[in-house]
Amino acid sequence: MSALNIKKGSSSHSAYDLRDPNAQVTESHTLAVLVDNEAGVLARVIGLFSGRGYNIDSLTVAEVDHTGHRSRITVVTRGTPSVIEQIKAQLGRLVPVHEVHDLTVEGPSVERELALFKVAGTGEKRIEALRLAEIFRANVVDSTLQSFVFEMTGTPAKIDAFAELMRPLGLADVARTGVAALARGV
Amino acid sequence: MSRQMTGARMVVQALKDQGVDVVFGYPGGAVLPIYDEIFQQNDIRHILVRHEQGAVHMAEGYARSTGKPGVALVTSGPGATNAVTGLTDALMDSIPIVVLTGQVPTFMIGTDGFQEADTVGITRPCTKHNWLVKDTETLAQTLHQAFHVATKGRPGPVLIDIPKDVQFATGTYQGPREAKQSRYQPKVKGDIDAITKLVEMMEKAERPVFYTGGGVINSGPAASQLLRELADATGIPVTSTLMGLGAYPASGKNWIGMLGMHGLYEANLAMHDCDLMINLGARFDDRITGRIADFSPRSKKAHVDIDPSSINKVIHVDVPIVGDVGHVLEDLLKVWKARGRKVNKEGLAKWWGQIDQWKAKNCLSYKPSQKTIKPQYALERLEALTRGRDRYITTEVGQHQMWAAQFLHFDAPNRWMTSGGLGTMGYGLPASIGVQIAHPDALVINVAGEASWLMNMQEMGTAMQFRAPVKQFILNNERLGMVRQWQQLLHGERYSSSWSESLPDFVKLAEAFGARGAKVESPKDMDDAIMAMIEYDGPYILDVMVEKHENCFPMIPSGKPHNEMLLGDASTEGAIQSGGAVLV
Repeated sequence: MSALNIKKGSSSHSAYDLRDPNAQVTESHTLAVLVDNEAGVLARVIGLFSGRGYNIDSLTVAEVDHTGHRSRITVVTRGTPSVIEQIKAQLGRLVPVHEVHDLTVEGPSVERELALFKVAGTGEKRIEALRLAEIFRANVVDSTLQSFVFEMTGTPAKIDAFAELMRPLGLADVARTGVAALARGV
Repeated sequence: MSRQMTGARMVVQALKDQGVDVVFGYPGGAVLPIYDEIFQQNDIRHILVRHEQGAVHMAEGYARSTGKPGVALVTSGPGATNAVTGLTDALMDSIPIVVLTGQVPTFMIGTDGFQEADTVGITRPCTKHNWLVKDTETLAQTLHQAFHVATKGRPGPVLIDIPKDVQFATGTYQGPREAKQSRYQPKVKGDIDAITKLVEMMEKAERPVFYTGGGVINSGPAASQLLRELADATGIPVTSTLMGLGAYPASGKNWIGMLGMHGLYEANLAMHDCDLMINLGARFDDRITGRIADFSPRSKKAHVDIDPSSINKVIHVDVPIVGDVGHVLEDLLKVWKARGRKVNKEGLAKWWGQIDQWKAKNCLSYKPSQKTIKPQYALERLEALTRGRDRYITTEVGQHQMWAAQFLHFDAPNRWMTSGGLGTMGYGLPASIGVQIAHPDALVINVAGEASWLMNMQEMGTAMQFRAPVKQFILNNERLGMVRQWQQLLHGERYSSSWSESLPDFVKLAEAFGARGAKVESPKDMDDAIMAMIEYDGPYILDVMVEKHENCFPMIPSGKPHNEMLLGDASTEGAIQSGGAVLV
């Protein structure tokens, strides 16, 4: 080490280039992945994300064509533009994957998420929760004298906003489906 | 005593703080910073292996013979993938090991960089748990957590994948005591009501049997001691799986031998005919149960296991007890004593009478020979000439392994290291080195077959370099003996690829490594050959030319119940139907 005069703790003598080549801004993208609904297909898709160090912000999956056994995976991911491109290419390379659509760049799209909120409370807080739910067009799907379960569909941002408002009013539990998305038009 | 240091130094510091004195490893690009730290200290000894699989098996041998976790250090990519077999082996046999792998820098992950592999993805199914550390600030915590997870509950292998930039970067080191307490805290105390119920059953049972496994050994020497106390006080017979040999001494008066596919007649029939089966830290493996539908049909079964998922997995049990075998045995003894030390004396006396009748079959008998060395004879002589010494035995996998289990006797736990669940050929030589490193003055013998032994023979170099005087006792039948036996019994004696062609001269091979070797071909030379092996101060290969077509008996054919055991060649005609042939 001394022969090369390398400072201890420095990385300049590494076998790898330790500078980050992708040090740019990250963006959020919504991808629709159409796959054969075969055993282990979800594990393959998720394994790709974890193995290559990609992020998953949200994931939704269900069979959408029962006769053809096709499933639609909607995944919201984050990364620099080059990473997003790489994610799409890597997904497209998987054998059971039929199509990969980047709904964020392929024209306008609609994104919706369903959420259930359990809010516990009595008196003034309970009334305020119900009033706010009306404003947000949330439905009451379960009710006891001490609690409500609200059901709401909307963009992730709307759901976040509602959760934020419910917190001081006795928010006890939240269940979210993750984003489902489709391109607009035909 | 939180301190700032590089990730690489943290690794070495954490190992020291965890009491690690030896690491088995192989350097490479992605672990160079850690090797640089190892170079600059003297507390931790590094054993340079010749192949990463060897490093993991050595760590296993170290762990099984000491009860402490074994540690292996390998590089990214091929270093990590070469460790996979060892990890799977350790998972199947519940051996606590910590494997550290290098990884390409965080931002290169996913780019198919040089020597990149998705190590955490590849090893997820073959570790108890694994981690990819992306931030030096969390490295110390993860290292301590890894030792905790590897050793607590049902032990197993864990892996930490450490990218190279995380090794270079500086962060805050925390010692084991400052580190956040782990959420993973498995239950060790058994339910006292269930324990009391089991004691009631033990008091009444006419034909009880202790069926013990590797869990007794994993629980620590105290558990073995308690098992002796309980078995000797109650007079209940004890059998053990391959993994549990030594927990109850083979010289003990209640010992009825190993059970299972190649277990003893009396042990298997006792399992089949008992009215109370007490499973202590075993898992109803298919080598033990035979045909499930006919497994011990008339018994009530109790199962003590620290892993709740082991209970009712294969065999339904009447009294499940989740807990550490040692803790449960302690309570079991306490309750039994407090209730007046009752046993069904009359029933037990009749039961032992029955067992003695089975023993009289002398199921391990074989046809002796003056001309050729019978493998059983070789092992009988090895047993006789090494008995009473500070002896540790490892094995490879196959016929020789089963014969070793049958003919060598173990009076203490942690003396028998064999690949049970995974059946890894190539395990024994590196494992013997791991054992010898942990016990430098002990007599460590690897009972091997020539085919298994060749799978990791490069580790002779490691044995030489680190002066590990391991004895390689090769039962050489120039065959893949167990494969050949199955082909004889199941595939019309068509010996497809089951002979060892072009074998090396093992004596010259030993000499090529700088070790000593000898070949023995006649039964009359056997004792001298064994003594020369034991007395030589250094690694030694004894090439024992044995009977080529000897079969390993007794044997419960696949898909058969315990009471349809084959005792010798005469009983094998048509014994295995095509239904059993699909099983392994």
